[in-house]
Amino acid sequence: MSGLRVLKPGPQSILQDAGRRGWQHLGVSPAGPLDGHAAAWANRLLDNPWGTPLLEMALGGVELLAEVDTWFALCGAQVSLSVDAQPQPLSTRLPLRKDQRLNVGFARSGQYAYLAVAGGFVATPVLGSVSVQLREGIGRALQAGDDLACRPASFNHVASVPWPYLPDYRRTPLLRVITGGDAVSFSEDQVQGFFAQLWQLSPQTDRMGARLLGEPLTPPARQWSLGVTRGAIQVPPDGQPIILQADHQAMGGYPLLGWLHPLDQSRLAQCPAHHPLRFTAVSISDAQAELREFYRFFRRI
Amino acid sequence: MIRLEPAGAEALLLVLAQQPDAQLPLRIAVLAERIRGEMGELLTDLVPGWTSLLLHYDLLRTNHHELAERLTPLLEGWLSEPSVAHGGRLHEIPILYSGEDLDEVARLCRLSPGQVIELHAAIEYRVGAIGFAPGFAYLGELDPRLALPRRATPRTAVPAGSLAIAERQTAIYPQCSPGGWHLIGRCPWRLFDLERTPPSPLVLADRVRFRPIDERDFIAEGGLL
Repeated sequence: MSGLRVLKPGPQSILQDAGRRGWQHLGVSPAGPLDGHAAAWANRLLDNPWGTPLLEMALGGVELLAEVDTWFALCGAQVSLSVDAQPQPLSTRLPLRKDQRLNVGFARSGQYAYLAVAGGFVATPVLGSVSVQLREGIGRALQAGDDLACRPASFNHVASVPWPYLPDYRRTPLLRVITGGDAVSFSEDQVQGFFAQLWQLSPQTDRMGARLLGEPLTPPARQWSLGVTRGAIQVPPDGQPIILQADHQAMGGYPLLGWLHPLDQSRLAQCPAHHPLRFTAVSISDAQAELREFYRFFRRI
Repeated sequence: MIRLEPAGAEALLLVLAQQPDAQLPLRIAVLAERIRGEMGELLTDLVPGWTSLLLHYDLLRTNHHELAERLTPLLEGWLSEPSVAHGGRLHEIPILYSGEDLDEVARLCRLSPGQVIELHAAIEYRVGAIGFAPGFAYLGELDPRLALPRRATPRTAVPAGSLAIAERQTAIYPQCSPGGWHLIGRCPWRLFDLERTPPSPLVLADRVRFRPIDERDFIAEGGLL
């Protein structure tokens, strides 16, 4: 099947869908997009169902040649976007005709841009998902000459993400945390210290975990390893917290201070190295109510 | 006795015991299967830990309170059951005992390499947990005479199929990965294969015996020397 021919693959461009569910008991990571919010909007603009395969581009730098007439949308990191050298708006559903060149520049703010096409990219699933998981050797990053298969499609008019839903990635985010896990085993001043200080995102951050740099915390003793979730805030012996991201391992043994609000994981993922971060507490019921509303909006198609 | 705790906005953690014991993996496997049967459609993943079971759930289909209510009778029944000594599939895995660290392990344990092999192959192990990497099964319990702390400096790349020991555990590295355990042998089989469903033959609470083989059998079983 033809689709989009890869002329420039970018530093790390990988296919993602809603993630690989149901295999964590065998140690297989769920993966999925780092910024689920931008990915959800990109698919929504094209009337694609939740979790339709799209392309996650780290830092942009991608050039593609259309082999079919289709429509696309680019959401997430602020990059320059052009079709045949004509600048185009982000977060907007746009036509792309056969033989046109789609060029994605490097990110000015944010880290990950999401390219969705009408109907989604077609790829062979592994354990029920096309999500690439580089650490586990599932799939690989795009290379020049690859073909991203997709079907022809058309729409009658353009559509954009309403501006209030577009985050400004340059600001210092206030990330919401559900405290819990082993939080009661931390001394109270340690928990307060976590919320009071301005943290920095470590350059060692990757798809597996966002590492924080700051005044180290004193964690309690290590636990018997147990299943962990995305957003879990682990505190290893060096006292610098790690927030688990999309490619997280299925099990972990470090004490947990709590979990990042699922809807703030996207915002965290868009921060560059050394970006300042602040945290504030949120109740689990508020977080769940908001997340339910988000799912109802994006998963109803 | 059993604690039910939220684990973030979309998961519920069952803390089933204070300490792991020899029976617990099998009992957790039984519980996980039962929960999967009763309410699997509400869950996206069930992840057994050493003393726990984590239930990832779909927030549009259920919530913590509903799950807790449905789990309570199930957990009461599970708690009152006598523990079962048997169960779990038995796997006999061929091993070429020629690991890089075999001689050093023998020296540290004050045994001959032959005795290390004999002690290691004498025991029927049980999968106590799966994690660290896809298909990485922690097998217990290793003979105390072979118990060694992890290597001071982990290797950056342990070859796929390496049989290793550390503390009271043994395991086969399914893929090439970093690792700090002592390498005492090699398995000719692929223990994690994405072309197969399920990708890994070992599941929680399965039983494992190791069968020593020579180089010729190793090649015949598909191994590459």
